[in-house]
Amino acid sequence: MNNRIELKNHQQEIFNFRLRLFFGIGFALLLLGILLARFVYLQAMRHEYYQTLAERNRISVMPIVPNRGLILDRNGVVLAHNFSGYTLEITPSKVNNLQATIDDLAKLVDIQPRDRKRFKKLQAESHDFETLMIRSRLSDEEVARFAAQKYRFPGVEIKARLFREYPYSEKTAHLLGYIGRINQADQDRLDENDLLANYRGTDYIGKTGLEQYYENELHGTTGIEQVEVDSAGRAVRILSRTPPVSGNTLVLSIDAKLQDIADQAFGNYRGALVAIDPANGEVLAFVSRPGYDPSLFIDGIDADSWKELNDSPDHPLNNRALRGQYPSGSTIKPFMALAGLFYHTRSPEQSISDPGFYTLSGSSHHYRDWKSGGHGTVDMFKSIVVSCDTYYYGLAVDMGIDNIFNFLSRFGFGKKTGIDLEGESSGLLPSQEWKMKRFKQKWYTGDTVSVGIGQGYSLVTPLQLAAATATLANDGIGYKPHLLREIKNSVTNEVRKLDIKPSFDIKLDPANIDLVKRAMAAVTQPGGTAVSASAGALYTIAGKTGTAQVVGMKQGEKYDASKLDERHRDHAWFISFAPADKPKIVVVVLAENGGHGGGTAAPIARKVMDYYLLGKVPTPVSIEKSVTHAEPSASGVPEAEVEVEHD
Amino acid sequence: MTRRQLWRNLFGHLDLPLLAGMGLLMAASLLTLYSASDHNLERVMSQGLNILVAFICLWIVANLPLHYLMRAAVPIYVLGMLLLIGVALFGEISHGARRWLNIGVATIQPSELMKIGVPMMMAWYFEKYEASLTLKNYTIAALLLLLPVGLIARQPDLGTALLISASGFYVLFLAGLSWRVMGGLFVAAIASAPLMWSMLHDYQRHRIEMLFDPSQDALGKGYHTIQGMIAVGSGGILGKGFLNGTQTHLDFLPERTTDFIFAVYSEEFGLVGNLILLTMYCFVIARGFVITANASTYFTRLMAGSITLTFATYAFVNMGMVSGILPIVGVPLPLFSYGGTSMLTLLLGFGMLMSIQTHKKLVKS
Repeated sequence: MNNRIELKNHQQEIFNFRLRLFFGIGFALLLLGILLARFVYLQAMRHEYYQTLAERNRISVMPIVPNRGLILDRNGVVLAHNFSGYTLEITPSKVNNLQATIDDLAKLVDIQPRDRKRFKKLQAESHDFETLMIRSRLSDEEVARFAAQKYRFPGVEIKARLFREYPYSEKTAHLLGYIGRINQADQDRLDENDLLANYRGTDYIGKTGLEQYYENELHGTTGIEQVEVDSAGRAVRILSRTPPVSGNTLVLSIDAKLQDIADQAFGNYRGALVAIDPANGEVLAFVSRPGYDPSLFIDGIDADSWKELNDSPDHPLNNRALRGQYPSGSTIKPFMALAGLFYHTRSPEQSISDPGFYTLSGSSHHYRDWKSGGHGTVDMFKSIVVSCDTYYYGLAVDMGIDNIFNFLSRFGFGKKTGIDLEGESSGLLPSQEWKMKRFKQKWYTGDTVSVGIGQGYSLVTPLQLAAATATLANDGIGYKPHLLREIKNSVTNEVRKLDIKPSFDIKLDPANIDLVKRAMAAVTQPGGTAVSASAGALYTIAGKTGTAQVVGMKQGEKYDASKLDERHRDHAWFISFAPADKPKIVVVVLAENGGHGGGTAAPIARKVMDYYLLGKVPTPVSIEKSVTHAEPSASGVPEAEVEVEHD
Repeated sequence: MTRRQLWRNLFGHLDLPLLAGMGLLMAASLLTLYSASDHNLERVMSQGLNILVAFICLWIVANLPLHYLMRAAVPIYVLGMLLLIGVALFGEISHGARRWLNIGVATIQPSELMKIGVPMMMAWYFEKYEASLTLKNYTIAALLLLLPVGLIARQPDLGTALLISASGFYVLFLAGLSWRVMGGLFVAAIASAPLMWSMLHDYQRHRIEMLFDPSQDALGKGYHTIQGMIAVGSGGILGKGFLNGTQTHLDFLPERTTDFIFAVYSEEFGLVGNLILLTMYCFVIARGFVITANASTYFTRLMAGSITLTFATYAFVNMGMVSGILPIVGVPLPLFSYGGTSMLTLLLGFGMLMSIQTHKKLVKS
């Protein structure tokens, strides 16, 4: 009985267990079924999606930065090029103690306080995950020393990069400008112009000068490389490659040697020089003194160097040729003479008797000539040769400001020349309208008097004056001054020449222009104000001196250069072209605080002409001589050549 | 001794179908390990050694008569409990959890021992009260389960705690715990879920959150899940081919020789490979159920059923985790992942299955 129950219980128990086991088997099958469904979902239905993700994991598209285009002078001399070198770079996010790391690095490679400051500035402007340069242009020895110790410096690496170099450094700084790291403003501008994609991987962009103006030509087209990478981003192999296209080569109209000679001719003077070929507007030399070292700016200038440049009383960052605005002084007189002839205000033969001053009718105020006692009987020819102020006071008043404004603006005064550089100043050609707008005052006849000798409200830039002089030398047919001559395609070597057409024709009477040009040629002859400029020259030089006041003189006060602080001395101008009868070159010189156009500015122009026309290279001695001209009393320049203008 | 006798003495207690299924899985695992370790033969040899050592243990256990196994249940459980208490009091902390105990010669992880100890103890208990099981017996068995699980969960090692809970639950289930009680427990578990959530550690919560939206932390905690799913999904129908998995060989897969080895297999062999793998697991599990069904005593039935179901659970949890349907818990793929400890524990379990299968005739007679 008992046994039977037990047996029955046993069978019941086995039955119960097997029932439960069936549930267990069902459960296990359910689990496997869920997995199977999941695999079908992931591997069959969603395969393409995950395939894409895996490819995106695996394939990294790397930009290949194109080489920036070269800049050459008209003879093929290199003015800007690239060279490869090594930089030491730090990714701040990968470094624990940045200061300590830099200190340790300083034991291996030379790191100056300047480098540290620049790095700090760079760091403030960038994200921590970007790799930032601490030192550029490592020597081979430094590279080797670091490579041996690399394991100690996670987040620090050596990279091969292309550097921009300007062989003429400060001599071409104001002309070429420089490239610099792309900042937020650059990025926004690129984005606006849909150029951002082409700048992937590019760190630098033209910031000023020709580097900025022709950025689109110089940059080139970025290439693309598809690389297989591992999870740490290391490249494993290259899958495909679209090579980059290098930027185009700029060939300038500048003559590097001429530029160099012009720059040296200034000696210790600050100032500007622009040389132009009047037949086509090609700029042959473009100097602004002093210059600065453009390479300082490429990777961000350190605060100290910036302060030094920015606070210097010499203002080396100021592009004087392009942006410097000065009173034209007497250099305006040939243009005034042409205006007087044009409006028949004066005939060539009509002469005045110069007592040494000019008075407006009904006024006792004396507008003084630079030469006390006056020049005697002066006709138009003589007025240019001796730079008679009294003649032009009267001419200006008789002609009236409206005529002066209309005529001079045809020569481009008061307007930008449109040269291929950004940031040009337009100078100032005063008019009734301008004065009303600026000062809410009507124009007085007294205002016109000083305009006649290039003082008063009127301002010009050296470039403007050079362009106007070129137009005059070219008998009234004007070309837009330009620095670029041709663009050479980096791939096809195809040359695109600039299309040169005259911009305007003032249509001057040949007799009038001939008179003014002859008078200008006489300026450099005995009796003229710049006789030393043509001493011993094998060609004729036409020119005009000028003086721009830095501080005003009181009535009755006499100008005495030796009593004035050097920086308050007058600026010296010389505008010129040669040969006088068939001009091949126009040279305009401004020597700041140079005092006398004939004494300081003209010899500088002469050296430029000598090289351009005769191939003559000045000896170091003759360069030094121009420096001594800084003290007119010591130079022994004859009284007749010294021109002083006071009003 | 004749050669035939020698053969029977040496291999008579091994179950050949089970052995064949295991062998196929292990062979596939060594192949995958070769790829996952970037052609590192040393790694493969080392796993071969792990298998060899574990196999010797399997052989010993398979040759033990059943009453030995039963007798071992209580000592193993008591030892395991003492060690767990020791861990709680003196354990070493690593990665924020107190799991290891230094016993002078080596550091050991007692929770691993309890993967076998707990179901054995429970099966032993049910065998003892086989004749008349009441709710009281189930309650006591449940306590035998919850005590070590509680200690392990506190370490904290939620994955192991849950898996031991599962193996214990399977014993309770197979021992006939009434559906009504299970239903009640299920409702209670759902109700207490918010409370449990608040008791979890931050990183545990994070792992569960990641499951629902791995992309919210794609480079951090969600990285494992995303890369695993990418590997599996990009494998497609036929896979990228042996040694050609890009996720594997470009280092995107984390822990690809251990917990994520399935992603490597799946990427290189695709859906077809996965079907074959599932079939192999299915075969081993089916053989386990056959042994369970044929087991002669209550203890061995419960034990065999629990071992088989637990094995299936491990496989499901690991593959589910890699393919993104379960949270990341540190569970290796059974018989596949690199590692000696899990291999040893598994093969001890299979040794018991073989002993149960090959000793039952003796018990009957």
